[in-house]
Amino acid sequence: MRHYLDFEKPIAELEDKIEELRHLSNSAELNIADEVSRLETKLDRQLRQVYARLTPWQKVQIARHPDRPHGVDFIKGLIAEFTPLAGDRAFAEDRAIIGGIGRFRGQSVMVIAHEKGADTDARMKHNFGMARPEGYRKARRLMELADHFHLPVLSFVDTAGAYPGVDAEARGQAEAIARAIDTCLKIEVPLVATIIGEGGSGGAIALAAGNRVLMLEHAVYSVISPEGCASILWRMPEKAQEAADALKLTAQDLAKLGVVDDVVAEPLGGGHRAPAKTVAAVGDAVEEALRPLLGLDGPALRAQRREKFLAVGGRGL
Amino acid sequence: MSWISNFVLPKIRAVVPARRDVPDNLWTKCPQCGQLLFSRDLEANLFVCPSCNRHLRMTPEKRLAMLFDGGHFQPIELPKTIIDPLRFRDRKRYADRLKEAQDSGDNRDALLVAHGTIGGTPAVVAAFDFGFMGGSMGVAVGEGLLAAARLAVLQEAALIVVPASGGARMQEGVLSLMQLPRTTIAVEMVKAARLPYIVVLTDPTTGGVSASFAMLGDITIAEPGAVIGFAGARVIEETIREKLPEGFQRAEYLFEHGMVDLVVHRRELRDTLLRIIGLLRRRAANAA
Ligand SMILES: [Zn+2]
Repeated sequence: MRHYLDFEKPIAELEDKIEELRHLSNSAELNIADEVSRLETKLDRQLRQVYARLTPWQKVQIARHPDRPHGVDFIKGLIAEFTPLAGDRAFAEDRAIIGGIGRFRGQSVMVIAHEKGADTDARMKHNFGMARPEGYRKARRLMELADHFHLPVLSFVDTAGAYPGVDAEARGQAEAIARAIDTCLKIEVPLVATIIGEGGSGGAIALAAGNRVLMLEHAVYSVISPEGCASILWRMPEKAQEAADALKLTAQDLAKLGVVDDVVAEPLGGGHRAPAKTVAAVGDAVEEALRPLLGLDGPALRAQRREKFLAVGGRGL
Repeated sequence: MSWISNFVLPKIRAVVPARRDVPDNLWTKCPQCGQLLFSRDLEANLFVCPSCNRHLRMTPEKRLAMLFDGGHFQPIELPKTIIDPLRFRDRKRYADRLKEAQDSGDNRDALLVAHGTIGGTPAVVAAFDFGFMGGSMGVAVGEGLLAAARLAVLQEAALIVVPASGGARMQEGVLSLMQLPRTTIAVEMVKAARLPYIVVLTDPTTGGVSASFAMLGDITIAEPGAVIGFAGARVIEETIREKLPEGFQRAEYLFEHGMVDLVVHRRELRDTLLRIIGLLRRRAANAA
């Protein structure tokens, strides 16, 4: 069963009707094919309308949509010979961040991705994509390994944020994130980061201080969740919609701010309607972003990353 | 190295802000033990409660005066940065909040940067102003830390950063998040020059501030009792639905968990820094 968001109600109704008619057509009624194609045209128009004027809050919901492609889907769809690599070599294996080596369109790469999980079991296993220090330390280890073997790093970001727990704090969550950011900035291989769903604060930037930062059209990226922001600044969590507006967390705004280099278009109706197409579109954008970087040497890559982040903040909206 | 060639020495502040010698409130109530303390005595005791040892917050001006030789320092003017980049508004306009904070204190944003000497060795100190919007870090603070790092490199000085901050400034949205990598770059400049980078964690150091430059010190010192951590205590309690352990996220807790080198009483702080800088820079001094 397809999962519909609140604002997708009219879309859901049309699809139900089409589905119903299709069942009828099995009983060989007349004129049904015409009616179906009429409704399909209407559905297409409806989708275009709804998706052309999404509010930031609606985008937050799309970015969190359970059917949206997750980290594992990008790895499955884009990386051949994928070989997972686990553990931080100090404490544990944190499955909120997955990683490994593989081949991306012929090129050996290191892949690091948040994974939220697609069903209840997987969500538990991956802790909803919220990493503890071990996750960031593993990411760091894999980036250093990539650096050692001159492999470009591709990261896929999708997290509500770092896990807020006693154990995570006790083992140095802040330090783990800080060092991961530092490693992103230091490595002498290309780092292409893509925000595929939710880019949640420190937990996101820990994997995203790259040479190029791409973002899916309906993904969001922010310093705090709209709910968190609403409860602190408005003192009312139910003001999340207003907070989502104020935070300017959409790909379109972030491109204007120079935080995001390229916005990757999603299939009509959002990534959750056509996951495979979405993954392929990201693959093309990553390939294009990576190509010019492959010609740069280590120090040039580091310098480019620095200059890029030093330039951010020079312009507002 | 392009960041040095691009660098313009920040203007030395023309006027050192007038300091109010007589505090507005003659008495301060200790937030920990409730003791009423005569403000002048409290200041003489470096804002440490004489009855319970609580290290109270202090203004960046007092902090700098306490750390530099003879209390003398030269503040630098922070780089001009974009104001209210998102045109943010919650229940109030961010532009108004900012103006209010600027009008009510001596600083244009939540950071004061100055240079001088500590034990005769050149040092740059960047101290946060918690009184300025909770010491939150936006573009201006990030730019201030970059200026501090560049100045340290230029003067071959040690860099000491004293955070007192709730984290990133939400009103600057993702641009405040971008200060995590940007301040990390600042730290890298100082480290690349092999100059000491020392962090003095004070109450509080949390959120995005803790997850960047504050946890990247060559040497990390914490003041007793300071709250230091990434996630807020309330958020953690709501997530795990249980009471937090005694002393959680306090300086001593971090020390026990291996996250800081030293927990140092404020009375000993200057001497400790002086000694560390002297030891770390010994070779350079001998070679000279
Ligand atoms: Zn007291």
